[in-house]
Amino acid sequence: MPKYLLLKHYRGGPEEHRHVPPMDQWDPEDVEAHLAFMRHVTEQLKERGEYVDVQALTPTRTWVRYGGPDAAPVTTDGPHPETSDLAAGWWMIDVDSHERAVELAAYVSSEPGPRGEPMFEWIDVREVMSDAPSED
Amino acid sequence: MVDTDQPLDEGALRALVPRVLAGLVRRGEDFDAAEDALQEALIEALRVWPEHPPRDPRAWLTTVATRRLVDARRSEAARRNREETTYAEPQPSDTEEGDDTLFLLFCCAHPDLTPASQVALTLRAVGGLTTREIADAFYVPETTMAQRISRAKRTLGGVRLDQPGDLAVVLRVLYLVYTAGHVGRVDLAGEAIRLARQLNLATDEPEARGLLALMLLNHARLPARIDAEGRIVTLDEQDRSRWDTREIAEGVRVLQSALAGQTEERRPGRYQIEAAIAALHDDAASAEETDWPQILAWYDDLVALTEDPVRQDPAAVLGRAVAVGHALGAAAGLRETERLRDVIGERHKWHAVRGHLHELDDDLPAAAAAYAEAARRATNVVERDHLVRRAARARAVSRFGGGEQDRAR
Repeated sequence: MPKYLLLKHYRGGPEEHRHVPPMDQWDPEDVEAHLAFMRHVTEQLKERGEYVDVQALTPTRTWVRYGGPDAAPVTTDGPHPETSDLAAGWWMIDVDSHERAVELAAYVSSEPGPRGEPMFEWIDVREVMSDAPSED
Repeated sequence: MVDTDQPLDEGALRALVPRVLAGLVRRGEDFDAAEDALQEALIEALRVWPEHPPRDPRAWLTTVATRRLVDARRSEAARRNREETTYAEPQPSDTEEGDDTLFLLFCCAHPDLTPASQVALTLRAVGGLTTREIADAFYVPETTMAQRISRAKRTLGGVRLDQPGDLAVVLRVLYLVYTAGHVGRVDLAGEAIRLARQLNLATDEPEARGLLALMLLNHARLPARIDAEGRIVTLDEQDRSRWDTREIAEGVRVLQSALAGQTEERRPGRYQIEAAIAALHDDAASAEETDWPQILAWYDDLVALTEDPVRQDPAAVLGRAVAVGHALGAAAGLRETERLRDVIGERHKWHAVRGHLHELDDDLPAAAAAYAEAARRATNVVERDHLVRRAARARAVSRFGGGEQDRAR
């Protein structure tokens, strides 16, 4: 069964279908509903035997490259640090098909936001390369 | 008659590990090899004992570990004629066992090891946890943890059980174990407390008692710390009826016995001071009854332990700022946090404390902004969620005011 990452992003990706302010600006009950939904997704994946991993990333990143012989590593914030694509975290799932991954991503995307309405967030679906030999 | 599986007393089994290990090392076995062999014996015990409990668990572990050692030596083509015997050793006294634990703790807390390695090795060699349990506790693959421990032991080289070490490092390692908390089946906080008790059998050092007291007084509050949904409940909002009064009583007793030893020359160390602060919190029947002036006095002692506390112990200065806020007013507390801006201004805790002080001051828009900043800098999901909630709540109250005021308190 193929594994996929369902990635949320702090920023980057296709144009927002619906603009949503940062969560600290929502009503507290909407915050609770959203966080409960996130927990629920993980529980559902575990119950269905599709769960592999869930992680959140801090919103900081550093680009690093080799500095050369006897030189320190070179670091940078990168181009457009305010707007460049930045992953926020993922679920890793193990599912029967790409269609199922898409179905799950859409479900995540329906997560409740302000006033309990779906957020329509773009979820980034990436296939994880398999350890097993491919069939063809 | 079919033997039914006995529920295995894992705690008792774990407690045997350092004793057996010490016995093997005292007998002349190499620490690294003996520790590996004992880990294998432990795995087998976990598998076999429920169905076939041994008459003499300690001798069983010693024999099986010895057999592994012999096999390992054979497979290394080192020829030695060693007789396999069942070692029925006389039970050492509490003091001797305490000494063994102490020296093992010194070994595992060796300053040449990284803190992560110190913690991992301590948990295996003294805590008697399996590699798998330790790996789970730190969310790394088992093979990674096994490698970390193997490499740590190789760094140690030859180890003897009579080399004293730095107790301060041992205390720090145990504190790290404690703060790693409760993950899955393994209650590391409970393990740390157990190891700290054993440590206190072997030393009279007040700081060792201080550490045990601190752990007990903190651990007593844990039942109130996380609610049914897994959300953090801060000290000011905890249901104090859920605190463990027996642990508090024991923590207070242990702390008092530590402080009884203080003199002008021998002032209380950091763990005793932190325990005293925890005791004052635990003593308050409600958040409003907290003796903040007394807590502030202890924080003054805590920051006085270092020459440049802002740089050397910013956590203590930050904790003191909270006490200042409650004892002398939020504005004074906020001024204290300003001293730390250059040192920890990028960390979530700095912003979270300022959010708390702004709330204390009834400046909810500032509190919301500070909590939001803190959330953006959080490195832990549960804490981040908590900070987002706090920010949203402060913002909502500042916009609408009225009945929600009570919840914000």
